[in-house]
Amino acid sequence: MKTQNQRAWIFVLPVLLLVAFNALIPLMTVINYSVQETFGNNQFFWAGLRWFEDILRSERFHAALGRQVLFTITILLIEIPLGVIIALSMPRQGIGVSLCLVLMALPLLIPWNVVGAMWNIFTLPQIGLLGWVMNSLLGISYNMTVSPVAAWITIIVMDVWHWTSLVVLLAYAGLISIPEAYYQAARIDGASNWAVFRYIQLPKMKKVLTIAILLRFMDSFNIYTEPFVLTGGGPGNSTTLLSIDLVKVALGQFDLGPAAAMSLIYFVITLAVSWLFYTLMAKDEQ
Amino acid sequence: MKYRRLIPIIYILFLMLPIYWLLAMSFKTTNEILGGFSLFPQRWTFENYYTILTDPTWYWGYINSILYVSLNASISLIVALPAAYAFSRYRFLGDKHLFFWLLTNRMAPVAVFALPFFQLYSAVGLFDTHLAVALAHCLFNIPLAVWILEGFMSSVPKELDETAYVDGYSFPKFFVMIFFPAIKSGIGVAAFFCFMFSWVELLLAKTLTAVEAKPIAATMTRTASSAGYELGLLAAAGILTIIPGAIVIYFVRNYIAKGFALGRV
Repeated sequence: MKTQNQRAWIFVLPVLLLVAFNALIPLMTVINYSVQETFGNNQFFWAGLRWFEDILRSERFHAALGRQVLFTITILLIEIPLGVIIALSMPRQGIGVSLCLVLMALPLLIPWNVVGAMWNIFTLPQIGLLGWVMNSLLGISYNMTVSPVAAWITIIVMDVWHWTSLVVLLAYAGLISIPEAYYQAARIDGASNWAVFRYIQLPKMKKVLTIAILLRFMDSFNIYTEPFVLTGGGPGNSTTLLSIDLVKVALGQFDLGPAAAMSLIYFVITLAVSWLFYTLMAKDEQ
Repeated sequence: MKYRRLIPIIYILFLMLPIYWLLAMSFKTTNEILGGFSLFPQRWTFENYYTILTDPTWYWGYINSILYVSLNASISLIVALPAAYAFSRYRFLGDKHLFFWLLTNRMAPVAVFALPFFQLYSAVGLFDTHLAVALAHCLFNIPLAVWILEGFMSSVPKELDETAYVDGYSFPKFFVMIFFPAIKSGIGVAAFFCFMFSWVELLLAKTLTAVEAKPIAATMTRTASSAGYELGLLAAAGILTIIPGAIVIYFVRNYIAKGFALGRV
């Protein structure tokens, strides 16, 4: 049982101050921008909720949000099952474990713009390995700067390449926490592989998988650097995800008001979905 | 069952392919890259690596990145340790809300905050310093460090604390001499994740620096603009950014899996 102790606040205070400095001040700035209009020269005029109304009605925002949701759902549907399958088939002991973990974790530690640049080089039509195999060897026309479908497939494959390992690591961590006795009991009962998975492994992985889904949701919803370096949002606007659109508005056109309003709407969506997850999980634990 | 072993192998092959391609390209001359397709470098060249390792604007990028990443990991751990202890041992007013609020900072779209961050750090006079990037990365690393450490601390029985007090240890002495060794691996895991997320993040690091503290990943964008598109140089620089990560993974490989397993949400 934890003790009730208000002095704990002193321990939490440094964290609180540092995070608040980084989170609250910029957030206040964004809120400040979102209700004002500027024509440069540091002159600001009150705009009320106009930007919010504009954005919520704008087709451009709907389109970017639609692409973002499609992207996030697609990569979750691929990465979570794939990560579980790989974790299930990984060795449990011996040299193979270290080897798998080290090699699989590698993509996680590559700077995000390097990931984008790497995939760019990898998929160049005549120079890149993938581009060459597709175009010259298999005769499939594949060029992401021209075809939106190719661009979409490439950013999804890139994300799967980049982040599936995180799901693998988490699922694997859940799996190795299952005592050997559970499996022995299952063998004695003559349980099928599916039954072992469904009634022993899946429940044990539930907690880590929820963390995996939460992390992947938050990070893929905020994804910016990799697709920006890879496709720049093109061809056309076909891979312009929310963050890319946002930066275009904020820094490209310097429309700070609409950009700020857009970020707040965006933040609230992420927050709402994550909060839902968090409460569902917390309820589950009790 | 026999074929099951193939799955990780195929997956690892898939992971290695783009990395291999980057590696192969880093040993080619720009002419060879643009000249045509070849699986292996026809004429090996170390020119690209030589350029990077001798040109100060290049190698200072690495030094800058390593400096702010280490600074960030130290700050994050120092403030996260007492906070994680409080979350794991005490109940206090608003603790659950505070924990969730901390986590929400991982959700803020970084692209949104780039401009306000620039203004904030310019206003306090930290723009273009390593400290600015290190502090900015605390936004998402401190919540993560608290989350991981709290999990490890909660797995240490509370009796350990009580026994130490009965034995006459003061709190700081207990924390450093007894509690610290007990959560050693947790500190390792937290440091790893702080390193990882600070090392890979670019948007904030780029926004908050100009010359003095410019990270390597930002230096790389030079290759695309000046002197055409130097793919070989870009590839070599990319390969060099993978190496520190690879070294760190090797040291913590036995802990990374455990890190999240023990964390609570």
